[in-house]
Amino acid sequence: MAAPKVGTFTTGLVPLPAENVDTDQIVPARYLKVIDKAGLADALFHDWRFEADGTKKNPPFVIDEPRYAGHGILVAGDNFGTGSSREHAPWALGAFGIKAILATSFADIFKSNALKNGILPIVLPAPLHATLMQIAKEDLAATVTINLAAATMTTPDGATHAFPIDLFSQKMLLDGLDELDYIRTQSGKIEAHETAHPGTINTLQPNASR
Amino acid sequence: MPKTIIEKIWNEHVVDQQEGAPAILAIDLHLVHEVTSPQAFTGLRSRGLKVRRPDRTVATADHSIPTTPRNLPIADEMAAAQVKQLEANCAEFGVPLHGWESPNQGIVHVIGPELGLTQPGATIVCGDSHTATHGAFGALAFGIGTSEVEMVLATQCLLQRKPKTYLVRVDGTLRPGVSAKDIILALIARIGVGGGTGHVFEYAGSAIRALSMEERMTICNMSIEGGARAGLVAPDETTFAYLKGRPHAPQGADWDAAVARWRTLTSDEGATYDKEIVIDANTLEPMVTYGTNPGMGLPISGTIPDPANESDPAAARALTRALEYMDLRAGDSIIGRPVNTVFIGSCTNGRISDLRLAANVLKGQTVAKGVRVMVVPGSADVKRQAEREGLDKIFRDAGADWREAGCSMCIAMNGDQLAPGEYAISTSNRNFEGRQGKGGRTFLASPLTAAATALTGVIADPRTLPGMSR
Repeated sequence: MAAPKVGTFTTGLVPLPAENVDTDQIVPARYLKVIDKAGLADALFHDWRFEADGTKKNPPFVIDEPRYAGHGILVAGDNFGTGSSREHAPWALGAFGIKAILATSFADIFKSNALKNGILPIVLPAPLHATLMQIAKEDLAATVTINLAAATMTTPDGATHAFPIDLFSQKMLLDGLDELDYIRTQSGKIEAHETAHPGTINTLQPNASR
Repeated sequence: MPKTIIEKIWNEHVVDQQEGAPAILAIDLHLVHEVTSPQAFTGLRSRGLKVRRPDRTVATADHSIPTTPRNLPIADEMAAAQVKQLEANCAEFGVPLHGWESPNQGIVHVIGPELGLTQPGATIVCGDSHTATHGAFGALAFGIGTSEVEMVLATQCLLQRKPKTYLVRVDGTLRPGVSAKDIILALIARIGVGGGTGHVFEYAGSAIRALSMEERMTICNMSIEGGARAGLVAPDETTFAYLKGRPHAPQGADWDAAVARWRTLTSDEGATYDKEIVIDANTLEPMVTYGTNPGMGLPISGTIPDPANESDPAAARALTRALEYMDLRAGDSIIGRPVNTVFIGSCTNGRISDLRLAANVLKGQTVAKGVRVMVVPGSADVKRQAEREGLDKIFRDAGADWREAGCSMCIAMNGDQLAPGEYAISTSNRNFEGRQGKGGRTFLASPLTAAATALTGVIADPRTLPGMSR
C-alpha cells in the first residue's frame, strides 16, 4: 500500500501564535460525520475561518490571508494538536496544503497521526521557534527548506538547523513505507505471541471458558 | 529490578522489538465506533485484508447518534449514513456490534467495563482519546488514530514506543461534596494540558484506593486532558468485585486463575517513575473550569485569574483569549455565574453512580426556571438500571430531560448542542471553544456541582447542599 513519501521541500511560513491548539479547533466535531478522508480542506480551522452563514471572516483568519497563500509550514504554539484523537485533523491540514508544523511540543496522538499522513511535526527549541514565528509574521517572502533525509531545516538567514525525528519515522517517510505493511512482515511473531498469550477476552462469546 | 505496573503490562505485550524501531505491541481488546472507523474498514477492503481477531474486537454506535427515542429514525442524513456504514462494515468483517438499537449499546468506554470485556493487564485501544477510561482496571488503554485502527483491525498489533511513567499519588480523604472528578480536574489544573505528554499516569495513594471502580474510571478517563495517552490504577479487590459475574468476565476455575494473575499487577516496591506528583485529597475543593481548556480550572471558592498576573506572555495571551471567548471578567467569583444548560452524562460521568449523585440532589426539587437540564445515561444498561431505581422519575419531576444513551452534548455531533453564546455546566471532559456547539461556553464540573447548579441556575457550591456538611 502506498504511503506518503516525503523528501526535500521549500515553502513559506504561516504564523499561528496560539498555545494548546486542540483538534476540535483544527476540525470541529460536526465535520467528523464523513465516511471518507476527502474534502476536509474547508473543515480546517472552520470556526476560526468562517462566519455562521458560511462566508469567510473579515479580516480573514491567518491561513486565508492572501499574503500567506501557498505557504506550507505552520508555525504554531506549544502543545499543538491537544485533545481528541481524530485523524481528520492531519487529513484536513494535508488537504489544505500544510506539509510541516513547527512548535515547541506536540500532543502525542496528533504527532503520531501527522507522521502517518506525511505531515512533519517538528519540535524546535524555544529561541529558534520564536525567531521563526517573528519571521513568519514579518517577512512574507521568507522560505524554509526542510530536508528530511538530512533531518535539517534551512532558515531564511541561510543557517541550517538539525531537527529531531526518530530514525524509523524518517525512513518510513523517505521510502514511502507503510506501517501496516511493516507489521505484517512479522506475522509469524504475532502468531507465536498469540499462542503464548491466549488471554481471557472474547468479544464473540459471553462467559467464554478456556 | 523493580518494575511499575506500566512496564509489566508493556513487557508482556511486546511481540517484537527491532533496534531503532518502535515495538510491535499486541492488543488484547479493540473498541470500534462509527466515527473513527469507516476509513479504516475502507483501507482493509482496498488491501484485501480481513479483521484478524473479530473475537478481540467489539463495536458500538455512540458519537453521532441522537439521544431521542430509539423508535425514531436518525434524522441527520450524514449520521444515519455513518451508522449504516458501521453496521455494514461489522457484518462484512464479522465484528460483533452492539448497534444503536441494541440493549448493550452505549458509550464505548461505558460498555467495555459493563460487559466485563475490560480486564486487568490488558492492552486496550480505540479510535477515541478517552480510551484511558479502561485504565481504571489496571489495563494499558489508549486512544489511537484511524490509520492505527486499520492496523489493529488487520494485525491486532500496533507500532508503539515505550511510554515514560508518571506517578500521581493522591493521599488523604475527600471531604463531603468533593468527588473523583474534582481530583482529576485539580491534577490537570496543576500540571496543565501538556503536563503528561509522552507519559502514562499511574494513579495511586490512599484516596485512589478508597474510590469505587466508577470513580476510578472518571479519573482515568481524563488522563488525556493532562496530556497522557493513558492512565491506570493497579487492580485490587474493588476491581475484582466489580468484574466478577460480568457477561464476558472469566468464570469458575478460569476466574480464579485470572485473579491470581491479576494480583501480580502492582508496581513493585522501589519501582521508579520518570515523574511524580503528590496531591492531598484533604485539601481539595469542588473544581470548576473557567477557560477553554481543561487545565483552566480552579477551586469553586476561587476567583477568575487575571492575565496581568501571568508572568509568561504566552500564558497571559491564552488566558486573555479564553476570558474573551467565555465573556468572563478577571477577579470575579466563579460561584454565581449563570448557566443556560446543565449537561449530566458522557464517558467521564455518565455511569449509574454519577446519576445517583445527581438524582439525590434533584430529588423533590425543581430545576431553576429557564435552565435546560439534560441527563444522558452512558449506556442502555445504565438507563435501565436508573429506571429500575426510579431516577428517571426524579429527573423528570424536577424538570430535567431524560434521554437515550450516547455521547450527546459532550461532543455535540448529534444535534444535542449549545446555541452560540450559551453557557453550560457540564460533567463531560472538554471545554474547548465550540466543543458543545459552535460559540457555546462550557464550565466543566462534577455531577454534584452540576446538579447543585441546576437548582439555582448559577454555578453553586455542592457543599452548601443539605446533608453535605458533616
